[in-house]
Amino acid sequence: MTGTAAMTAPATPDRDTRAGLRRDARRERAFFLSLSLPALLLVGLCAMLPIFWILRQSVMTLRGEFTLANWEKLLSSALTWKSVWTTVELSGATLVLCMALGIPLALALASAPPKIANRLLILVMLPLWTSILVRTYGWLVLLRRDGLVNQALTGTGIASEPLALVYNFTGTLIGMVHFMLPLFVLPVYAAMRDIDGNAIRAAASMGASLPRTLATVVLPLSAGGIRSGAMIVFIYTLGFFITPAVLGGGQVSPVAIRIEKVMSTFQDWGQASALGVLLLILVAMAAAMLAAARRLIGRKGKTHA
Amino acid sequence: MLDAFDARGFRAGLWIYAGAVLAFLILPTLIVIPISFSASDLLEFPPREFSLRWYQTFFGSATWMAALRTSLILGVLTAALAVPSALLACVAMDRIGGRSAKALGGYVLAPSVIPGILLAIGLFFVLAKLRLIGTLGGILVGHVVLAIPVAVIVLRPAVARFDWGQVTAARSLGAGWARALVQILLPQMSFTLMTAALMAFLTSLDEAVISIFVSSGQNSTLPKLMFLSLRDQIDPTIAAISTLWSVLVIGIVLIVNARRTA
Repeated sequence: MTGTAAMTAPATPDRDTRAGLRRDARRERAFFLSLSLPALLLVGLCAMLPIFWILRQSVMTLRGEFTLANWEKLLSSALTWKSVWTTVELSGATLVLCMALGIPLALALASAPPKIANRLLILVMLPLWTSILVRTYGWLVLLRRDGLVNQALTGTGIASEPLALVYNFTGTLIGMVHFMLPLFVLPVYAAMRDIDGNAIRAAASMGASLPRTLATVVLPLSAGGIRSGAMIVFIYTLGFFITPAVLGGGQVSPVAIRIEKVMSTFQDWGQASALGVLLLILVAMAAAMLAAARRLIGRKGKTHA
Repeated sequence: MLDAFDARGFRAGLWIYAGAVLAFLILPTLIVIPISFSASDLLEFPPREFSLRWYQTFFGSATWMAALRTSLILGVLTAALAVPSALLACVAMDRIGGRSAKALGGYVLAPSVIPGILLAIGLFFVLAKLRLIGTLGGILVGHVVLAIPVAVIVLRPAVARFDWGQVTAARSLGAGWARALVQILLPQMSFTLMTAALMAFLTSLDEAVISIFVSSGQNSTLPKLMFLSLRDQIDPTIAAISTLWSVLVIGIVLIVNARRTA
């Protein structure tokens, strides 16, 4: 009797305990979720709401009625398309130059002994720690008509007269490449450093030349890093404001500058919002293109294997 | 990495090229230092005479000093708001795990991939609606939202490494959640929290685009004032500010690095 009682008695509390544990687990989950509330609210109110506001305002009149007038005006304006083209041109040229300058730099760093590479990495990171305005100022000083670069060019006879290196497309591009290069080099370097040295030695031992090894082993294996770098370049440069505003000297008008102009000169918030949405679409298109490139490279990799 | 090849010529060329790229990277930061000590009104390089007059101009100007004060206050407040909310979010993500944690992570990191100009004008519209343009609070929330992703990136690995058994032990001994987190988690994360706070501070100090659109008058930040004066004229006062700025930021980074390796 006592035996059965002892065996059956715990059965009910056990079910209760299990239910209780489940309830506790639910409560704990809810508690932990609630910890994220401050961050959720801050990001929601100060980042998501403003973006939503831009979307809404792009199809609104000043009095809050639905309209497509902003978009009609925007899409029929030659200035809009010119600014979109300038944006794409600047971002594309920045990416090409970052690749041309950054991939060899990453390769050199990855092939150096780790101790030296770490020292040199500090130099790569130095610009990252310097304010964008400090760097922009530095470029103004260097690239002016009588600046150091022009002094060097005319002094050595490379150029017969000072070149217009700033307050134009060239100056903007130089500033943007300088801003993006460290952010591009870091993921590429990380990918190259992780390449298994045996893969390269294997290529060498089977008679591949250095250029061939670089093209068929090193570059494909660092494609992931290059893609991350390209993504970062696009995300930043498509919406770049400070560099074109200062180094462009009013001659270069990507979408971000156009937005500011529409806001300050025409006070046309609806138009500025529509331009903002256009910029968002550009960023989304760049992201989609890179994702497509990734699938393409992935498939190619599989057929090789 | 390329030891398998006997390509001395290639390697020499690679290093010359890499050296030139490195020079390109550091030149603009270095050039402002000698110019800031120049005695001339012109941006001459190398300066013929040296002086501290541009530093005196900076520290003697009420406008620059007000902007410096605004920027420092904003930086401290940004760190004070962004780091606790980021830490709590990291704890939440770590403890919940799975898909919800991933979604939460994507959400709090989102501000770092939204173009700055969009955040700036969006915030401008919202603040205009609330009649808060030009207030310190308006810029502050903009900076906090940019600093949260930075703090999350710094804090998340440390929270993941943390041994939650200790908190469970404290809980089983009767400590409430709040007490367990404050007394067990915080002390062990003090260094990472400090790093996150400094990064959040620097994010705010360096932020220009939101400040340009949202701040005005006496609440103008240092980057906004620098931006405006770069557009108008380029006198060496900016070089003096730039030099001080770089020394400050590089100092902070070196301290963080030294403490990390120590």
